[in-house]
Amino acid sequence: MKKRTIISFSLLFLFFAVFALAYSWAWRQPELEGVPAPFRTVLEWNGKIWAMLYHPTRLSEAPAPAPGKAPRVNGDIGLEEEIDLAHWKMQVDRGDGSAPFTVTMADLRALPRADTATNFKCIEGWSEEMSFAGVRFSDFLKFYGLGIRSGKNWGANPPLEELYPYVGLETPDGQYYVSIDMASMLHPQTLLAFEMNGQPLSQDNGAPLRLAIPVKYGIKNLKRIGKIFFSSRRPRDYWAEQGYDWFSGL
Amino acid sequence: MAHEKHPLWLRCLHWLNVPLLALMAWSGLLIYWSNDVYPGFFPEWFYRIFSIDHRLAEGMAIHFTLAWPFVINGALYLTLMLFTKHRRELLPDAEAARNLKPTILHDLGLHAHAPPQGKFNAAQRFAYTGAIVLGFLQVASGFAIYKPVQLHWLASLFGGYETARFIHFACLILLFLFVLMHVAQVIRAGWNNFRAMVAGFEE
Repeated sequence: MKKRTIISFSLLFLFFAVFALAYSWAWRQPELEGVPAPFRTVLEWNGKIWAMLYHPTRLSEAPAPAPGKAPRVNGDIGLEEEIDLAHWKMQVDRGDGSAPFTVTMADLRALPRADTATNFKCIEGWSEEMSFAGVRFSDFLKFYGLGIRSGKNWGANPPLEELYPYVGLETPDGQYYVSIDMASMLHPQTLLAFEMNGQPLSQDNGAPLRLAIPVKYGIKNLKRIGKIFFSSRRPRDYWAEQGYDWFSGL
Repeated sequence: MAHEKHPLWLRCLHWLNVPLLALMAWSGLLIYWSNDVYPGFFPEWFYRIFSIDHRLAEGMAIHFTLAWPFVINGALYLTLMLFTKHRRELLPDAEAARNLKPTILHDLGLHAHAPPQGKFNAAQRFAYTGAIVLGFLQVASGFAIYKPVQLHWLASLFGGYETARFIHFACLILLFLFVLMHVAQVIRAGWNNFRAMVAGFEE
């Protein structure tokens, strides 16, 4: 029995030692986008699991706040330069090698208007009810015939495999940039928004046009869109480079 | 005479849980710091001493990596507990309910006679079962705030995103209090009892 006690306690110490060594080994591995490779690998697996379980009919709905209520502002990366709202244009790159074209606010306002109200969630932990109005991203794609890899027409609803898997968005100064999976971009609540809480977007909230994507954390809801592009390879993403989960889906 | 007390599987899962739970709690604090909305719960010096501030990405990387082994460990434990005699030894029964008060009073030195102890006494049965319930709630509320849209039904069960977040936090505090009490009682109970959780037998 004495022998069994000694062996058992030795095994327990060995287990703690191995666990501690494995943990510190993991933290000493080279970083992959701001976080040691083993953790990045698991974050990517997690993203794949939740992309697989994603379903576009699951909505993120909430009561709309009183019109005019000022939405919480968090972060001003990419918004530092002065902007001329009257002459704003958004660059759109089809991703097929053709020259990018520009879209104006008047072009966007001519498309069907869409509304959504959600409990907007920040990766920091806070959430707030917000409403958005603008153009559904899927309507925007259909109208301009964007996102199709094979160069075909959109038709009714092309299968996801025929679309570019990634959409990239950047602020005009290129300081803030996100990339998002196409399935989430086609969610019915994903809007190119020009109003929040019943008011035109404020400068702080990304005037004249921002992305509203309630199936993702706030970090993906890029303000002041300067450029939209499509890609077969995952474009860079500001917060993923800082060690955050790239998928960041809710 | 030495006799067997805790089976090998129970001891393995118990000790695996120690570093896993510790790191889940620690990384949870790293995440909580970035929006510490439950007022005055942790003072500034607490964050400073343990250097918890500005480590959200790191906290999330740890939390969402170790959550998997933590959940698997818990699921293995629940399965083995429910399908072995450990269930009858652990879950509180009518007798345990009757003996709970006298057991606590005896522990506090206010009651001369100890009720029958068995493998786990009445207070242990309630405390350990409570800890299992807390662990279960912790995992369920964790998933609810991790994927509140895809698992909308789960978040609704907890009364919505914000409530689920509060429950996740409250269960952490309760689990912490459980661990404090558990360690204090193990120290009080002495070597023979402690050795049983490592080597498996008691004299």
